[in-house]
Amino acid sequence: MEFLRPASWEEALAAKAEHPSAVPIAGGTDVMVEINFDHRRPEHLLDLNRIAELQEWEVAGDTVRLGASVPYTKIMEHLRAELPGLALASHTVASPQIRNRGGVGGNLGTASPAGDAHPALLAGGGEVEAVSVRGTRLIPIDDFYKGVKRNALEPDELIRAVHLKKATGPQQFSKVGTRNAMVIAVCAFGLALHPDARTVRTGIGSAAPTPIRATTAEEFLAAALDEAGLWESRGVLPPAVARQFADLVSGAANPIDDVRGTASYRRHALGVMARRTLGWTWEQYRGTEQDELDDRSKPCA
Amino acid sequence: MRVTFTVNGAPQEADDVWEGESLLYVLRERMGLPGSKNACEQGECGSCTVRLDGVPVCSCLVAAGQVQGREVVTVEGLAGEGGELSTVQQAFVDAGAVQCGFCTPGLLVAADELLERNPEPSDGDIREALSGNLCRCTGYEKILDAVRLAAARTEEAV
Ligand SMILES: Cc1cc2nc3c(=O)[nH]c(=O)nc-3n(C[C@H](O)[C@H](O)[C@H](O)COP(=O)(O)OP(=O)(O)OC[C@H]3O[C@@H](n4cnc5c(N)ncnc54)[C@H](O)[C@@H]3O)c2cc1C
Ligand code: FES
Ligand code: FES
Repeated sequence: MEFLRPASWEEALAAKAEHPSAVPIAGGTDVMVEINFDHRRPEHLLDLNRIAELQEWEVAGDTVRLGASVPYTKIMEHLRAELPGLALASHTVASPQIRNRGGVGGNLGTASPAGDAHPALLAGGGEVEAVSVRGTRLIPIDDFYKGVKRNALEPDELIRAVHLKKATGPQQFSKVGTRNAMVIAVCAFGLALHPDARTVRTGIGSAAPTPIRATTAEEFLAAALDEAGLWESRGVLPPAVARQFADLVSGAANPIDDVRGTASYRRHALGVMARRTLGWTWEQYRGTEQDELDDRSKPCA
Repeated sequence: MRVTFTVNGAPQEADDVWEGESLLYVLRERMGLPGSKNACEQGECGSCTVRLDGVPVCSCLVAAGQVQGREVVTVEGLAGEGGELSTVQQAFVDAGAVQCGFCTPGLLVAADELLERNPEPSDGDIREALSGNLCRCTGYEKILDAVRLAAARTEEAV
C-alpha cells in the first residue's frame, strides 16, 4: 500500500488521474473501518486532509458551496440558517467524535442508502461538483446515486464541493432508530418547502437501493397547496392532504427486510415521518408555534 | 513510512508504519502510550478518543499518515507534570465513575474537552458530549456525577 499526501487540490487531482483506483480518505470514518477489518486493501490511499479548501464553505447569493470535507459538526454550528435540513441530519450522524471527522463528501463517496446527508440533500436540492484533471462537472443530486453504494463519479474524479440551494422555506429531517446517538437509520425522511418556486421536495433514506425522492408525493402536495391558495393564505393544512401525502411517500419506498427492520415497518414509519415533518414545516411556514418548533428541531425524532 | 507528530506537547516519531495503520495503533504499539484503548476499531465505543488539533476524534479511524505534522493529546496528557490528576480525572475517582476502567480514558478526554468548551454544561450537554463513549459497567450515572462534579470544581476554582 502507498499513502499519497497531496498538499494541494491540483496535486490531488493529478494523483487521482495517475492512480484511478486510489481510495480517497477524508474523515476516514468509512474507509478506516474497512481497512481495520480487512475488507479493503487499496494499493493507494489518497489523503485529503491537507487540502484546506475542502474544509471551507462559501455562502454567495442563493447558494452555499460546501467543501467536501467540512465536518458535520461545522455544518451544525455554522449553517443551520442556510441549510436547516442538512444541519438537522448532520446532528443525527453517529457521535461527536465521528461528526468531528466525517462530512458530506465522504457520505456521497460511500453512497450508502442509509447515509443521513442524502435525504436532506435530495430535499434541499443541489449539485455535486465533481472535478478531474479533465475538468469540472456539476452533477445534479438527483442523478448522483446509481445503485447500492454506487455513485456517478468517474474513477479519476474527486468531489470538490456540493452546491446547495439556500433554504427559502422550512426544512425538516426525521430518522428512525433504536436510540438518539450512534444509530444507522432504519429509515429516514427529509422534507423541504420551497415557497419561492412553490414546490416541495423530499428525500427518503434506507428504504430503497439508493436514496430517492418521493416525486409523486411532492407533485400531489404542491398541486394541493396551489389549488387551495395555501402558499399565499398560509392557512391550515387540510388533514386529508397530509394523509394522502403520507400515503404517497410510503408508496414511493421500495424497502427490504433486514436486521434493522422489516419492509412493512419501514413503509409505515415513512408515512408517519412524512405526516409529522409536513406538520412541522407547514406550521413553521404559517409562522405559528415558533417556540414549539424550536423544541422540535432539536435532535432527532 | 515514517510519521512525525506532536503527542502531549512533545515531538514524536514512528518508523516502519504500515500505510493502513491507525493512529491508535501507532500510539499504543509504537509510542508506548497504551492509555487510549482499543475495543472495537470501528468508531462505535469511543474508548480510543484522543484530541487531534484540539478536536475529539476516534483514533482508530484516523490513518497514521493523516496525522503527520499535527498535534495529538491523549489521556496521558491530562495529568500535570508531577503526575497530579486533572480536575476531571480527580472527579472520576471521587465520584466512583471507574469500574473496570476500560472506557475511562476515552471518557476523560471527551469530558475534558466538553468542560473546556462549555464550563457550565447542562445534563443534556453532558449526555450529548459523551454519547460516543460506551461504558458496559457503570450504568453511566456515576460518570454523569463525575462530570457535574468536575464542572462545579472548575467553577469554584475560577
Ligand atoms: C461508528 C460509526 C457510526 C456512523 N453513523 C453514521 C450515521 O449515523 N449516519 C451516516 O450517514 N453515516 C454514519 N457513519 C458513516 C460515516 O461516518 C459517514 O458516511 C461519513 O459521512 C463519511 O465521511 P468521511 O469523511 O469520514 O469519509 P471517508 O471514510 O474518508 O470516505 C468515505 C468514502 O468517500 C470517499 N471520499 C471521501 N471524500 C471524497 C472526495 N472528496 N471525493 C471523492 N470521494 C471521496 C472515500 O474514498 C470513501 O469511499 C458512521 C460511521 C461510523 C464509524
Ligand atoms: S476502538 Fe475506536 S471507537 Fe472503539
Ligand atoms: S468502567 Fe468498565 S466499561 Fe466503563
